Amino acid sequence: MAITLTERAAKHVSNFIAKRGKGVGLRLGVRTSGCSGLAYKMEFADQAGEEDLRFESHGVTVLIDPKSLQYLDGTELDFVREGLNEGFKFNNPNVKDACGCGESFNV
Amino acid sequence: MALLQISEPGMSTEPHQHRLAAGIDLGTTNSLVASVRNSVSVVLNDEDGRALLPSVVRYSATAAPVVGYAAQCAQSIDPHNTLVSVKRFMGRGLADITDAGSFPYHFVDAPGMVQFRTAAGVKSPVEASAEILRVLRDRAERSLGGELSGVVITVPAYFDDAQRQATKDAAKLAGLNVLRLLNEPTAAAIAYGLDNAAEGIYAVYDLGGGTFDISILRLSQGVFEVLATNGDSALGGDDFDQRVFCWILEKSRLAALDAKDTRLLLTKAREAKESLSEHREVSITAVLSTGETVDLMLNATTFHEITQSLVNKTLAPTRKALRDAGLSVDEIKGVVMVGGSTRMPRIQAAVAEFFQQTPLTNLDPDKVVALGAAIQANVLAGNRGEDDWLLLDVIPLSLGIETMGGLVEKIVPRNTTIPAARGQEFTTYKDGQTAMSIHVLQGERELVSDCRSLAKFELRGIPPMVAGAARIRVTFQVDADGLLSVSAQELKSGVQASVTVKPAYGLADEDITRMLRDSYTHAKDDMQMRALQEARVDAQRLMDATQTALDENAAELLTADERNAIEAAMRTLQGRLDGSDPRAIKDAAEALNAATHDFAARRMDVSVREALTGQRLDAI
Repeated sequence: MAITLTERAAKHVSNFIAKRGKGVGLRLGVRTSGCSGLAYKMEFADQAGEEDLRFESHGVTVLIDPKSLQYLDGTELDFVREGLNEGFKFNNPNVKDACGCGESFNV
Repeated sequence: MALLQISEPGMSTEPHQHRLAAGIDLGTTNSLVASVRNSVSVVLNDEDGRALLPSVVRYSATAAPVVGYAAQCAQSIDPHNTLVSVKRFMGRGLADITDAGSFPYHFVDAPGMVQFRTAAGVKSPVEASAEILRVLRDRAERSLGGELSGVVITVPAYFDDAQRQATKDAAKLAGLNVLRLLNEPTAAAIAYGLDNAAEGIYAVYDLGGGTFDISILRLSQGVFEVLATNGDSALGGDDFDQRVFCWILEKSRLAALDAKDTRLLLTKAREAKESLSEHREVSITAVLSTGETVDLMLNATTFHEITQSLVNKTLAPTRKALRDAGLSVDEIKGVVMVGGSTRMPRIQAAVAEFFQQTPLTNLDPDKVVALGAAIQANVLAGNRGEDDWLLLDVIPLSLGIETMGGLVEKIVPRNTTIPAARGQEFTTYKDGQTAMSIHVLQGERELVSDCRSLAKFELRGIPPMVAGAARIRVTFQVDADGLLSVSAQELKSGVQASVTVKPAYGLADEDITRMLRDSYTHAKDDMQMRALQEARVDAQRLMDATQTALDENAAELLTADERNAIEAAMRTLQGRLDGSDPRAIKDAAEALNAATHDFAARRMDVSVREALTGQRLDAI
């Protein structure tokens, strides 16, 4: 089981953590909400929890709780630019259908 | 699909519930928009990667208004319809614009605020500002991938109520939800993270293209308070260009130039100035339309000499601001540099020398205000947790109401931190008075005629009572954006009236400076005038009361001699009322008081007797 970051995503995460001035890594997760049932959660992590699983990808530590990993296993996190907007995108192989906006999904 | 940003721990939003917030620096020359993304404040660029949006709006008869660089290019070919620096006209009437002749616009005098006649019709500064804000809003929404939930817009610390309200109106017109207006120096301090720094006093030195502002802020317990502001609304980087331009003319022995050559050499002058921030000397070459050529070397030393007086012109208001705040240079903990002109090493050196310390310059001085506004917007939109902070601003001039004799009673003193609420009780002047006129004033002087009138309203329906018996509470409330509402309530009957002040005319920083200066130079005259007016009001009230008493009881209670004595004292007092010596009026009033002493005692006996007449002893 694994979560990976593209090199570009890792570079941005490292950069943001450096500018923020603190943080041990990136916390990914899934919450049960949103129009299609589940929603991604992406936060700075200031400390690891006891249950957390830990992945390293291009020098970035990714923390995730075991429950969320069920929905995110195999996900690759990318950083993309669309017009003036830029941000992170989950390439999640578990997704069956997502809502139009892509912010929430179903497995 | 939506692109995601990294949130602070525990601050992830629900899907479709992103509270997108932005900070907007709505500048005189350029405007910017910034936002906090992935916990870092960044300026949002346009498609061409440019952060600045020139604050220029060009109106045309056939198409939508053009904003920014494209409008700026049209400035020389279409000056009447191309509005630059509209910020200078926000909340200002035509009467406030003393140099209207130096602008190429067709001004239209309208109630409240000046307007411009353009190819697209009559436009107000608010509408033009809204066009700028619309472009920034569009840029932000496309950059952030959704609708903005709110923005923080920065304004100069000296902006008065009318100017702040005009800025809010422009935002509303642009479809923006203003979380709050933030003072520019405070925004700059936030961008530098000074809110997390050691407590103390900080100075913000802001030298832009056409304006200079100095602000003194105090940080205590994570709260910023503006202690004093000063500046020069007609001093900026453009003046440095002008000095170099004049130097070029002089050295090249050039006579009057046409508009095109003037613009060419002004551009060369600006480039030379900017180049001198990096190099010791710079060559200036140009070929004019007349065939004349310019080929000069300008070195840093000469540049210093020709611009020294401009540098000094920024230090005088700086000194004044410190004095206003009652501080000395060694009490300043840090100095923040804002505005593109602070890139000049000459300026940085002068500021360092003045404050005896190296100023903060590591953030881009053009962007620092927008970056700070974005951080504040992010907090207000609810995207940050506990380490929230409050911001305090102050009102620039005292607020008060008119009292008898044309005097101003100050209710909210200048430099009071806002939001603020202050109340004071007043009473009626005449017997049976059923209405009271509340005249709201702004300024430091003692007489109404020397202050600025903000609003007038009437409190009606006061129950008839003898003079001085009614209790009327006047409450002033200044909200976080500096907008004032005044209410008056008669406490016995509960009748009340109120007004929210949207002053008809704006007030420029130089007016504030002038009003403050006048209040200092006239301090003594004003105090004497106040004493005189108070003596007159008291004397008049005493004479009115005496006359009423004479009309009622003189015949039964006074001998002819006694009555003559009282009337003589009244005549003496009346004779002195128009004099200018408050002491003489007071003495005469004392004399009248003494003359009526016995009369007053007898009147008291009569009223007691009347009250008791017909009553049984055990009922008393």
